[in-house]
Amino acid sequence: MRNWYMLTLVGKDRPGIVSEVSRILFKAGGNLGEASMSRLGGNFTIMLMLQMDSEKEEVVSLLQPVCDELGLLAHVDNIAGGLHHHIEPNFRLSVHGADQAGIVAAVTGSLAELKFNILNLESDVGGSPEKPVYIMHIEGFADCSLASLEKSLQPLIIEKEIVVHLVPIDTMLG
Amino acid sequence: MAKLEILVYPDERLRQVSKLVKTVDNQIVSFISDLEETLSSLHGCVGIAAPQVGRFERIIIVDVSARPQHKNHGHLVLINPVIISNEGNSVGREGCLSVPDYTGKVNRSKYIVVKAQDGFGSDVTYPMEGYEARAVQHEIDHLNGKLFIDSLVGKRNNLKKRTDF
Repeated sequence: MRNWYMLTLVGKDRPGIVSEVSRILFKAGGNLGEASMSRLGGNFTIMLMLQMDSEKEEVVSLLQPVCDELGLLAHVDNIAGGLHHHIEPNFRLSVHGADQAGIVAAVTGSLAELKFNILNLESDVGGSPEKPVYIMHIEGFADCSLASLEKSLQPLIIEKEIVVHLVPIDTMLG
Repeated sequence: MAKLEILVYPDERLRQVSKLVKTVDNQIVSFISDLEETLSSLHGCVGIAAPQVGRFERIIIVDVSARPQHKNHGHLVLINPVIISNEGNSVGREGCLSVPDYTGKVNRSKYIVVKAQDGFGSDVTYPMEGYEARAVQHEIDHLNGKLFIDSLVGKRNNLKKRTDF
């Protein structure tokens, strides 16, 4: 199959969305690659790699009826394909603190200074409506020491009054 | 000595349960030598099990000595290994020669005591923890036809379990 696409779908969550979309793509000759689905703030979100002979406009048209039926917004982008290109993370951060604007920008800004490549980021807002708590997990790769990462993060831990647990990831290969 | 070919998932032979080694004879010693050469040729790899090279006998090699930050017993040949006790849990990231280009998180016992015969057929017992214990559990799984992808823990479980990497 010639083309790889990144398909993004967003909408109100309900049972059966993945099943219906994947069935339509399969029937049209599509092959799914890596995918990531999350329920964010009650919204259904998915990004999935799709390999198809069809042109981009045809993929959009193919999805239109199911998007109308299920109330989904779809976005299709041409991407470079390739199923096997994994970078192994070597650090993991867990961050939590009182919810406030700027936590992600501050933490990832410090990481970016050390050329930390974020491979996976997920966050949640928990706690009570009066006292929301922000919790974030980041995994990534950086060609630097644990100590230099800790040093880089130290000022914002004090400034934002957040807790950051930073641990090395040592993948066991057997 | 010879470098052996690694079986790769979804090869059904990886699902076989390996047999006990009855006697550590010259044939077994020679095979272990080949298995050691195979392991040492694989960069970054800390363990290998006989069924991964298509020999369905209960033999594993684990060597964590290249990662001195983890407590370890050095180069270990374990024949007929059995975990006689275990304690605690930890989630850590694993990869496997038989499942190339994929790693995932697996929950393992944090502390184990493993009983086996060494490469000369003598009885040995090792208390282990953390990374080395993880490696031994991963390799013993191979002897039972089990792969780490059978035991993956989802990404969202991070907060619920103690995580050691």
